[in-house]
Amino acid sequence: MTLLSVRSLRVTFPTRQGVFEAVRGVSFDLGRERLGVVGESGSGKSMTGRAILGLVRPPGLVTADRLELEGQPILNLPERRMRKIRGNRISMVMQDPKFSLNPVMTVGDQIVEAYRLHAGGAKAAARQKALEMLAAVQIRDPERVMGAYPHEVSGGMGQRIMIAMMLAPDPEILIADEPTSALDVSVRTEVLNIMDRLVRDRGMGLIFISHDLNLVAQFCDRVLIMYAGRIVETLAAPDLHQARHPYTQGLLNSLPRLDAPVDRLPVLQRQDAWRDGDTITQSLETEFPGGL
Amino acid sequence: MLTVDHLNVWFGHPPDRVDAVQDASFTVAPGESFGLVGESGSGKSTILRAVAGLIDTWSGTIAVAGKPLTARKRDRAFYKTVQMVFQDPYASLHPRHSVDVVLSETLRLQGMDDIDRRIARLLDDVGLGRGFRFRYPHQLSGGQRQRVAIARALAAEPRLLLLDEPTSALDVSVQAEILNLLADLRAEHGLTYVMVSHDLAVVGHMCDRLAVMQAGRIVEVMDVQALRRGSAQQDYTRRLIAASEGYARA
Amino acid sequence: MNRAWLLSDAPQTRRQARLGALYQGWLTFRGNKLAMLGLVVLVGLIGMAVLAPWIAPQSPFAQNLANRLQPPSAEHWLGTDALGRDILSRLIHGSRITLFIVGTVALIAPVIGLFIGTVAGFAGGWVDQVLMRITDIFLAFPKLILALAFVAALGASIGNAVLALALTAWPPYARLARAETLTIRNADFIAAARLQGAGPLRLLVKHIWPLCISSLIVRVALDMAGIILSAAGLGFLGLGAQPPMPEWGAMISDGRTYILDFWWVAAMPGIAIFIVSMAFNLLGDGLRDVLDPKGAKE
Repeated sequence: MTLLSVRSLRVTFPTRQGVFEAVRGVSFDLGRERLGVVGESGSGKSMTGRAILGLVRPPGLVTADRLELEGQPILNLPERRMRKIRGNRISMVMQDPKFSLNPVMTVGDQIVEAYRLHAGGAKAAARQKALEMLAAVQIRDPERVMGAYPHEVSGGMGQRIMIAMMLAPDPEILIADEPTSALDVSVRTEVLNIMDRLVRDRGMGLIFISHDLNLVAQFCDRVLIMYAGRIVETLAAPDLHQARHPYTQGLLNSLPRLDAPVDRLPVLQRQDAWRDGDTITQSLETEFPGGL
Repeated sequence: MLTVDHLNVWFGHPPDRVDAVQDASFTVAPGESFGLVGESGSGKSTILRAVAGLIDTWSGTIAVAGKPLTARKRDRAFYKTVQMVFQDPYASLHPRHSVDVVLSETLRLQGMDDIDRRIARLLDDVGLGRGFRFRYPHQLSGGQRQRVAIARALAAEPRLLLLDEPTSALDVSVQAEILNLLADLRAEHGLTYVMVSHDLAVVGHMCDRLAVMQAGRIVEVMDVQALRRGSAQQDYTRRLIAASEGYARA
Repeated sequence: MNRAWLLSDAPQTRRQARLGALYQGWLTFRGNKLAMLGLVVLVGLIGMAVLAPWIAPQSPFAQNLANRLQPPSAEHWLGTDALGRDILSRLIHGSRITLFIVGTVALIAPVIGLFIGTVAGFAGGWVDQVLMRITDIFLAFPKLILALAFVAALGASIGNAVLALALTAWPPYARLARAETLTIRNADFIAAARLQGAGPLRLLVKHIWPLCISSLIVRVALDMAGIILSAAGLGFLGLGAQPPMPEWGAMISDGRTYILDFWWVAAMPGIAIFIVSMAFNLLGDGLRDVLDPKGAKE
């Protein structure tokens, strides 16, 4: 079943040197699965997420042959309607919780507000719900965290709070843009576990945007590899190491590895042909271990 | 080349004093590449900054090339021996200074002559080429900026290079280029490295020995073979190694 | 030297790099239509001041009591004042005074502010305390009152009025420069320069000032309107330019008596002040787009 369908998505920015194409014709379908989007900085992976949510600011221009949420077109909707979709049906978790939480409101007030904005209802009920959500992201002492200000919580805790907030309205799709890049490895595993469980239990579709190939391969079901605004390869996550596109192979090889020491790291030789070559698509059996 | 003995570093005054590093000791032999590993807040960068003289609230012994650093202020000879490369190449270059200004100012401060020729050599050394001489930071990519920062550190012809997460702000393909460059430079100039990183694989690739830090203390000093074998003595190190191997679904 | 050469991302010489940076700034500035309008008005003002004796239809001092308080007409485009002087001519000559005031204050106040603010921010400790408390004392008085006190002590003249304005205008710049310095001084590029053995003076002049100056320039341009108004206020109170100098504020003051029956006497210099203040504000907005490093595009 397709939650989100994207065909030939383009994002362009006019500049003095001409039109800059940040995203150049991206197409994919998202089911109830964990879909990883991997690429280096400037590959257009974050811009793809923002374009889906209608968060590209003018003079940036978003076009697509199709951008549909469960069959309903959502491309360039008026801001008022887009805001409804953003809150209720698609949520986004950003890289650094420090910039996404309001520094002068307590965590509890922010979650309650986020919840009531979408579900309405009495304050007391919303508060109860907020406590439940904090518990759901495995915060052991939700009462205390509710009263804390964002600067009083750690990075991992902040990211869990963000996830709790984003999940409050029970969205169908969660877009996570580098949700663990600012976190230490030990905390990272916990946050990923929480996201994984929530996605599975609620049957959500997850778009996981990251620069970390190995992490995405281990966490997601399916991976899109982006280069220069295009998807150059799609494959099932377990098959990442059998990647056929030279760019994907190059990225994997350039990582230093503890188990396979080398004197010199192979350096990625970029080729112009990658910019416009065909997408290598692995024929996928529809098998989404995350649910269905 | 570098000896750190019973080093304590703190910030602020009681009762708000934070002890960032407690009782840290290690030595780095000439020509060696030594790694400092730990999670954020473990005090690994703080040690580097104390050695460089950017923090003056420390006690204990820091000796470079056999000479203990007693004064808070460092002398000219120190800056000719020890240089540092910072984590974020977007923050370590002055936004209004072109590559030319950065390098020529550095060379002049270090009392070098023949500046034009030296700038050309430095740019060649770090693989940028002379065409980059008059560019401003905003005309450079992250990897190119880090190359400029490395050129700046090399200008003084130091013997000890302190590397504070030199690739953590870069893409992996660029990281490979910078790590190769650093390895080449070490071989070419006989440099000693002290490298801070949160990435065990990077340290495993670059270093001969490493110290693992947790909450301001060094919990273990080991060589890279032991790290590769996974034969760590301490629980914490083992956990760190396990976590760095990636995500295993719970 | 064409467009492509200027916009090149790989300049080959120091000169090309400098000119390229300037040209980029100019393009950004030009993109802001209102700022261009402000610039055009101010260039016009400067032209007017330079060419005053040639473009003014009459002498600004020539009295004609038979012809006093005439409304705008073909002969006197903006009418005449209580002594029968041509208001347009007085406005044109008055632009010289306005420019003198603005220029001098713009040269003195930010320099004092930059110096005090960056030294305080960079040195920290007791130096910071002393300099900032002095700044606070200046800030504690309303600007115009303080300027009045200075002028009263120094004697009423246009020079003293300018001096007084400059002495009261610097504290906000010192604050701004200090705040900027505090964020810059812990930056990695300052640490890197320290590691090259750069002393405090070099760090201050070569590294910190260039980053503070741009925001100060923006602030000065935005403050110019206020300074023109303060100068006019001093003129209005009789503490600035002395009669018969055609200072705009003094001209409004002269027209005050007739404001109900002969509105143009006060309104014309008022409109002139309004237009110039507005132009400076627009210019300041445009300069912020160009100079503010935080707003600079990656």
